[in-house]
Amino acid sequence: MSNDACTQIRTFITTKFPDVTFSDEEDIFALGFVNSLFAMELVMFIEKAFGTRIPNEELHLGNFRSVSLMADLVARQTSAAVG
Amino acid sequence: MTNVGVVGAGVMGTGVAQDLAQKGHTVVLVDNNPDALDAALGRIELECRMSRMLGGPEVDAAAVLASITVGTSLELLAETEVVIENITENWDLKSALYAQLDLVCKADTVFVANTSAIPITKIAALTSRPDKVMGVHFMNPVPMKPACEFIPGYHTSEQTKETVRALLESMGKKPIPVNDASGFVSNRVLMLTVNEAAFLVHEGVADAKTVDEVFRSCFGHPMGPLETADLIGVDTILYSVEVLYEQFNDSKYRPCPLLKKMTDAGLHGRKSGQGFYSYQSMG
Ligand SMILES: NC(=O)c1ccc[n+]([C@@H]2O[C@H](COP(=O)([O-])OP(=O)(O)OC[C@H]3O[C@@H](n4cnc5c(N)ncnc54)[C@H](O)[C@@H]3O)[C@@H](O)[C@H]2O)c1
Repeated sequence: MSNDACTQIRTFITTKFPDVTFSDEEDIFALGFVNSLFAMELVMFIEKAFGTRIPNEELHLGNFRSVSLMADLVARQTSAAVG
Repeated sequence: MTNVGVVGAGVMGTGVAQDLAQKGHTVVLVDNNPDALDAALGRIELECRMSRMLGGPEVDAAAVLASITVGTSLELLAETEVVIENITENWDLKSALYAQLDLVCKADTVFVANTSAIPITKIAALTSRPDKVMGVHFMNPVPMKPACEFIPGYHTSEQTKETVRALLESMGKKPIPVNDASGFVSNRVLMLTVNEAAFLVHEGVADAKTVDEVFRSCFGHPMGPLETADLIGVDTILYSVEVLYEQFNDSKYRPCPLLKKMTDAGLHGRKSGQGFYSYQSMG
C-alpha cells in the first residue's frame, strides 16, 4: 500500500515537474519548486486519489515535506478508516 | 460588521467572500451559475482548512461558511450596505448587472467594482448613484494579499471613499490610491507583459516553462508571467487586454491569438485544470 502510495504521489509530482529529480525521503519544499499553491494541489490530489479526508490536525507542512511522509499520512488515514 | 453583497463567485468573488467572512462580516454571495456557487463553497472550505498549513491563522471553516449566504437571485442583496461586484470582465454583462443592482439595492448601498481594466467612471455612469460607486482592484488570491488598488471614479464622494477604506482596513488590506484609467497601474503593465509572454510562446521563441524560468531565475520573480496568467485566468487576461485595446484605441494592446484560442478551447488556467500548465482541479 505504502509503496503504491509513494508511486502515485511521485507520479503526480513528476508529471508537474518533469525536470526535477528527488528521492522519496528528500524535502521537496527545500528543493524550491513547491509553493503554497502546489501544496494545496497536493492536498486535493491525496484526498481525491486515496478517497480520504485529511483531518485538520494532520494538515501541516511537516506531513507533505517528502513523498514518503505523504505516503505515511495516506497509510494513517486509510488504516484509521479500516480500523 | 458590515452586511456585504458579493456578486460573481469565480476566482475573485470566492476569495473576497472568504476574506470578508474570516474578518467577521456577513456575506451574501450571488452568482447566476449555481455550479459556480457550489464550487465557491468547496474552495472556501478547503482554503480555510489549509490556512494554518500555508502560514496563515487557524481558521474555523464551519464558522466562515456559516456567515456566507449563497444564491442566484440579486434580490438577496436588498439589505446589503456594500456590494462588491466580481463578474466576468465583459462590458455587456457588467452594464446589464449594474442597471439591475441599482434597482434591487437600497439607495445608499455602495457599489465596489472589482474589475481588471474597465474605467470606474464608465461603470458609475450605469447607475443613478455615481457618487456611491468606487473601484477596488483586489489581488489574487484575495485572502493572502495585503494591498489593493483604490480607484475613485470621477463622481465618487468622500463618504463613499471612507466607507470602502474602512471596509478594506477591516480586511487587513492597504488601499493604494490611483486615479481612474483603464487598467489602473497594475494591469496597464501586467496585462501587456502577460500578452507579450503569450506571443513568445505563440511565435515559438520559447515554451511557457522557459519564459517563466527566465523571470524566476534571472529576475527573481516568485512566479513567471504565464504561471501568473494561469492563476488569474487565461480568459480574464484576454478580456482585460481587449478592454485596454478598446479603451486606448492603441494597437500596442492587440491581444495574442494564442490567448484567444486557449480561451475558446476552455484552457482557462488553474480554475479549469489546464492553461499553460496542468493542475489538479477541485472537481
Ligand atoms: N482573476 C484575477 O486575478 C482578477 C484580479 C482582479 C480583478 N479581477 C476582475 O474580477 C472580475 C471577476 O474575475 P474572476 O477572475 O473572478 O472571473 P471568473 O471567470 O473566475 O468568475 C466570474 C463569475 O461571474 C459569474 N457571472 C457572470 N455574469 C454574471 C451575472 N450577470 N450575475 C452574476 N454572476 C455572473 C460567472 O458565473 C462566474 O462565476 C473580473 O472583472 C476580473 O477582471 C480578476
